Amino acid sequence: MSDANLTDGPITTADGTSLKKSLRLALRRQKIRALLLIAPLFLFILLTFIAPIFDMLVRSVENQSVPETIPRTIDALEAWEAGAGAPPDEQVFEAFYTDFALAVGYKTHTKLGARLNYESSGLSSLFRSTGRKVGKFDTDAYADAFVEADPAFEDPAAWATWMAGAATRQALPLTADTYDAWATMLMDTKGKLAAETEIPDFVTTALYRDLANGSRPADMPDVNVSGWEPVSLAGQFAGANKGWADPQVWAIIKTYGSSYTPGYFLNAADLQLTPEGISQRPENQRIYVRLFIRTIVLSVVITGTCILLGYPVAYLLANLPLRSANVLMILVLLPFWTSLLVRTSAWKVLLQNQGVINDVLVWIGIVADDNRLELINNATGTIIAMTHILLPFMILPLFSVMKTISPSYVRAAKSMGANDWTAFWRIYFPNSVPGIGAGSILVFILSIGYYITPELVGGTKGVFISNRIAYHISSSLNWGLAAALGTLLLVLVMALYWVYDRIVGIDNVKLGG
Amino acid sequence: MSDTDHFVEFERVQKSYDGEVLVVKDLNLAMPKGEFLTMLGPSGSGKTTCLMMLAGFETATHGDIRIGGRSINHIPPHKRGIGMVFQNYALFPHMTVAENLAFPLEVRKLDKSERETKVQRALDMVQMGDFGSRRPAQLSGGQQQRVALARALVFQPELVLMDEPLGALDKQLREHMQFEITRLAHELGITTVYVTHDQTEALTMSDRVAVFDDGRIQQLDAPDVLYEEPKNSFVAGFIGENNTLVGEVVEIKSDQLCVIRLDDGEVFDAKPVNVHKVGDKTRVSIRPERVEFNKDRMTPDAHTLHAEVLEFIYMGDIFRTRLRVAGNDEFIVKTRNAPDQPRLKPGQQIEIGWMPEDCRALDA
Repeated sequence: MSDANLTDGPITTADGTSLKKSLRLALRRQKIRALLLIAPLFLFILLTFIAPIFDMLVRSVENQSVPETIPRTIDALEAWEAGAGAPPDEQVFEAFYTDFALAVGYKTHTKLGARLNYESSGLSSLFRSTGRKVGKFDTDAYADAFVEADPAFEDPAAWATWMAGAATRQALPLTADTYDAWATMLMDTKGKLAAETEIPDFVTTALYRDLANGSRPADMPDVNVSGWEPVSLAGQFAGANKGWADPQVWAIIKTYGSSYTPGYFLNAADLQLTPEGISQRPENQRIYVRLFIRTIVLSVVITGTCILLGYPVAYLLANLPLRSANVLMILVLLPFWTSLLVRTSAWKVLLQNQGVINDVLVWIGIVADDNRLELINNATGTIIAMTHILLPFMILPLFSVMKTISPSYVRAAKSMGANDWTAFWRIYFPNSVPGIGAGSILVFILSIGYYITPELVGGTKGVFISNRIAYHISSSLNWGLAAALGTLLLVLVMALYWVYDRIVGIDNVKLGG
Repeated sequence: MSDTDHFVEFERVQKSYDGEVLVVKDLNLAMPKGEFLTMLGPSGSGKTTCLMMLAGFETATHGDIRIGGRSINHIPPHKRGIGMVFQNYALFPHMTVAENLAFPLEVRKLDKSERETKVQRALDMVQMGDFGSRRPAQLSGGQQQRVALARALVFQPELVLMDEPLGALDKQLREHMQFEITRLAHELGITTVYVTHDQTEALTMSDRVAVFDDGRIQQLDAPDVLYEEPKNSFVAGFIGENNTLVGEVVEIKSDQLCVIRLDDGEVFDAKPVNVHKVGDKTRVSIRPERVEFNKDRMTPDAHTLHAEVLEFIYMGDIFRTRLRVAGNDEFIVKTRNAPDQPRLKPGQQIEIGWMPEDCRALDA
């Protein structure tokens, strides 16, 4: 072939460098400039938008607080079978005693209670009440017995020396671990040294357990504990609060013991994680699926009413002479110039039972005075107020698309024999569909995440999932669940967007031009 | 011509949009069946308004528009059965070419097989037979133009209106389409009203041309008559290139001959067209190609004018010479590029003259 020599090697410039390389060099300045121009916005978005979304995604599965607060308990629970219907054995309680005593020192036991309370109510008070009593357990009997055997056990400095010795640490692993954790806790919370602080009961309990297990200390007084009366920690905990004897409580702790949990997501879908697997929540606790469905249905209805009300207005706007169109456009944009809160409050005044609309209807005689319409604090109120607020988002894209539809299309159709309706339906309408598409996607996505208006006029029957998210963020403080709900909402919107792209085609969406 | 021969008639038609200004003033027009008539005029002259009134998209403020003897003032556009080609083609972007063509047949409730035959026939007619499944956006300007034409013709209307249909095409394509459109119009025997502001287009395509200005038809005649015998100075100036000299009638010898004196005192002969008595102010119009400066070719007794050559432009087939005549710096003479044709030089002083019948004394 004659052009074979063209493919022999890369094309070069006059001085022999590769053409591609020279081109890249020539374009580099432009690229750097473009990057610098977008950098401020990019950083802003990264910090204020992308990072929070990522944080939300993490929060919705994060469960660090449980394994971090009671790591020994979680380890010990490995062997326990929740299905057996009995509380765990003494070993678990021993581990839990250490964990819990440390948690009380750190004051994190209430947080853990709050976390587990999301899964089963009542756990928060269980943790709090036990926290007050854990220092008064009968385990002080061990301490007394040790001191009786050797007074050195009363001396924190002696303990510090023992615990520094490698041989002792190796011989008494449980004691060393507990002592270290306690020393760290002391330093972190009170800034005190373990060598100057009275040894707490849970440390001596750990020593007792080591010795009872047959360990022999290397260079610390050896005490024979085999004759001592063991204190049942299961009994101590049950004595502090009966809840600890309930296998259900331990099942929840075991189920939510891992660092990451699908629990929030399951909760957001009205499911729960049980030792047996995933199951539906009890009937009276299922609210989120219903809320999601309501949010979608109401958003669809709002989008629909926006199309119905906005289409004729947009048509008029696009076809009026410029001067009248401008006046109409100002009327359309007027709502944008008033605060959202003011508009919503205005709807409250208009729609309420003793409000303007009901008064007028009663005055005309359409509605009986004792049978006024329920227009607010329900789905109707949400639909009316949100349709009004979101209408401009439908009208503007519709208008800008209709503006590009040449009037000669309809004229051509008429000249070919189509009557007004046929010309509109077969010719004008199909050309305005991209505008409907753009308006719908705007209105739908805005309304699916709307918060203020449903909160103010929605009552209980007209609130959206976003209101529930806000509740969990600011009132119940269950941020994990709020994050899971938010993530589900995000996924839902993206899925709908995908479906929309499949059906309408995103190329068919025009914002004008 | 009897009244029944008038297929399309405008009778005393007036149109005003705002109730203050008349866009169309007293329009009278009659077209026989099968005629190709062009409405030519500058923008704002009312020609498009007339077309829109005929199509039914504008209503006449006063007067009567008739098709086939029937007044159509109150017939909505979709019942007029007029084919129309729009300036920007107005092809429906969401339909294929075939669907575009099938649309007028569909609204006429023709069955599918008949539709397909007619659509194919219409596409073949404009040499677009293979493009039925394309979208308008995938076609070039010329192809879109053909499709628009086919769509206007597919339902076999007796009257077709075209609103500057070739305005968006390049010169070569435009000339080709001019030929195509006239060929089709004559072959199919359709009555055509064609609107344009391009005088070449009007002259080459039409049976008759109506020159519009200021809401009136200034002249309605066959192209050759229009060019050679303009009835007033607007038509003379609008159609083709034209030299104008301003003067006064000093003597009317007959209805074919009068004497004009220019403002600087020079005198020459002209044909009186729009002048009626001695002393009338007049604008005299002479076509550049009818001006003669070769003494041998002039009639011996002809009046001549003194001229100074300002510019000589070589244009290939013709020479274009700009002269100063009686204070007018824009006096143009066109001469054929023939071997014996002298090439004038700027600064040269010459005498120019013409046949009195080529020099028309029009309104001032």
